[in-house]
This record gives sequence, structure tokens and C-alpha cells, in this order.
Amino acid sequence: MLNGLVGRKLGMSQVFTPEGRVIPVTVVEAGPCRVLRSKTAAADGYEAVQVGFGPERKPKRVTSAMKGHFKACGAEPYRILREFKAVGEAPSVGSDVTVDIFEAGERIDVTGVSKGKGFQGVMKRLHYRGGPGSHGSMFNRAPGSIGASSYPSRVWKNTGLPGQMGNAFRTVKNLQVVEVRKEQNILFVKGAVPGPDGGLVIVRKAKSAAKKK
Amino acid sequence: MNKIALIENAQLRKGLPAFSIGDTVRVHTKVTEGEKERIQIFEGTVIRRNGGGLRETFTVRKVSYGVGVERILPLHSPIVDKIEVAKKGRVRRAKLYYLRDRVGKAARVREKETAVRA
Repeated sequence: MLNGLVGRKLGMSQVFTPEGRVIPVTVVEAGPCRVLRSKTAAADGYEAVQVGFGPERKPKRVTSAMKGHFKACGAEPYRILREFKAVGEAPSVGSDVTVDIFEAGERIDVTGVSKGKGFQGVMKRLHYRGGPGSHGSMFNRAPGSIGASSYPSRVWKNTGLPGQMGNAFRTVKNLQVVEVRKEQNILFVKGAVPGPDGGLVIVRKAKSAAKKK
Repeated sequence: MNKIALIENAQLRKGLPAFSIGDTVRVHTKVTEGEKERIQIFEGTVIRRNGGGLRETFTVRKVSYGVGVERILPLHSPIVDKIEVAKKGRVRRAKLYYLRDRVGKAARVREKETAVRA
């Protein structure tokens, strides 16, 4: 079994519980992922399982090096290759890993590339308060003081300042799986997941849950 | 149709009666008290329908012991056991918020004449 899968965020929706509560869910189409190669500590220095996901690529678009790799695996050229850790016994090369590695109620971590917001100020990016908007205030959306004077005579590292917001690799931890639909390869995840609809996401079993065991 | 729509359409309730703004409806809601579940009827005027698809909600207003009570219910929620249309109302707008400012006779909605034109 693998500890995760590659998927695509389809979008958000909602689900009713029998008591009539509404659960906000993100619908993720995860897998099936074809196992391409098992990496071993002896040969590669670490243990991992390489899987392929997504639409197949036209053979003429694939470099010959990659063609050889796919041929060795006996698989069509995949667009997306990722590595995961095996939990227990590693799945055999050529087999498919599907969403049934997850079950409803389980905690998962979801990684994706967040939506790009461009160059943003500190109020939007870091939730600074800003100043009054009127009454002669000239301190509207500025960051304010960014440090002391003669000591340190420079700005400390990691001081919050304006800059690029979003379009970064982000992981949301401990999201709950609400439902697994195996025949459609669909996962319902409670809450939001980084990235736009249609964006690539990596769904892994929660790190915190693994620690507990 | 995109996949989200497919998933949502599967959750839509079938067999709900067609009702519109201004209608008087009897909404049978499931109420859970401890272990027991019973049906409570909420009767009033539909003053708003909001959203669409799975997310659609409707608001029912009634005046109970002189106090205006409004319930907002998700149309496709399982707590809505059934909806009966008691009266069809004739109204000229989509949101009947003006009923909130009226009391007594003024807060009525004219009934729709259902007689078929010759």
C-alpha cells in the first residue's frame, strides 16, 4: 500500500449529513496511479515508489531517455511522475493504486500549488492591521516600523514585508476524508485545498496520524 | 456536464413540489430530541428562494403569537421531510421583504386565481 496518491482538484461542493448538517467538501479526483518503479535503499539510497498519473503523453513528445524508462516499466508515457512512501508491503510494478487506500473519516494532508495573487501588500498578504482610512491619516496600508535604528542597523530576516503572494507549494494538514467513491476515483475532503479547480494535488495520509501510531 | 455538477445532481431531492415566492407552504421538518425524531410542521409564506442547485435555500415566514418567525431551510436538506403547498400566492416581486414591515391584514399575500381562461 502507498501512503498517498496524485490527484486533481475538481472543485468545491457540499454534502448533507443524515442529521441535515452541511459539510463543505473539496472534490478530488485521485488516481488511479500506475506503479512504475520501486526505489530501494540498496540501489537508490532511499525507499520510495514511483507512480505515474494523468493523461498519457504523445510518444513523440517524450524524450528517448524517458521512453526507455517507461518501456522498462511496461507503461505508456505518463505526464506526471511522483514518488510516495510505501506503507507495509510495496505494491508491485505495473499495478494500479486507487483511492481505496483511503477510507472515510481518515485524516489526510493535501499538497498543491496555491492560487497566485501577485505582488501584494502586507494587509492582504500578512493580515497587518494598517492605519485609519481617513481623518487626515496618511498611514493607510503601510507596514509601519520594520525595526530599530542603530542596533541592528539593518532589517531582521523574515520581517514581514510586501511581496509575492500565492503560487507556492502549500500543504493543508489533517483534513478529513468525508467519502471515498472508488468506482469514480473520487475523494470528498472536508474543507478547502490549495490551488485552482483542475490543479494538481498530492493527497497523503496525515503525518500526525502516522506519528500517533 | 462537469463532474461537480454530476455529483451535485445525484444529491438533489426528487419529488419536491413546485412552489414559488408568495405561496403558503407547510414544511414538515424532522426534529431530533435526544434519541427520538419527530416531525414538526412549519406553516408560512415563502418570502425568498436563494441560490440554485444543491445550494438552494428558501425562507418561510410566519407570525407566531405576534412575533415574526422566519426559517431558512436548504431545499435539498434531509431535515425537510416534505413540503405541502397550501395556497398559491400572487406577488409581483421575487423577495417579499416588505412583509416584515407589515402587520395584520396588510401582511397578507393575495391568492392566485387558478381559474383557467376561456
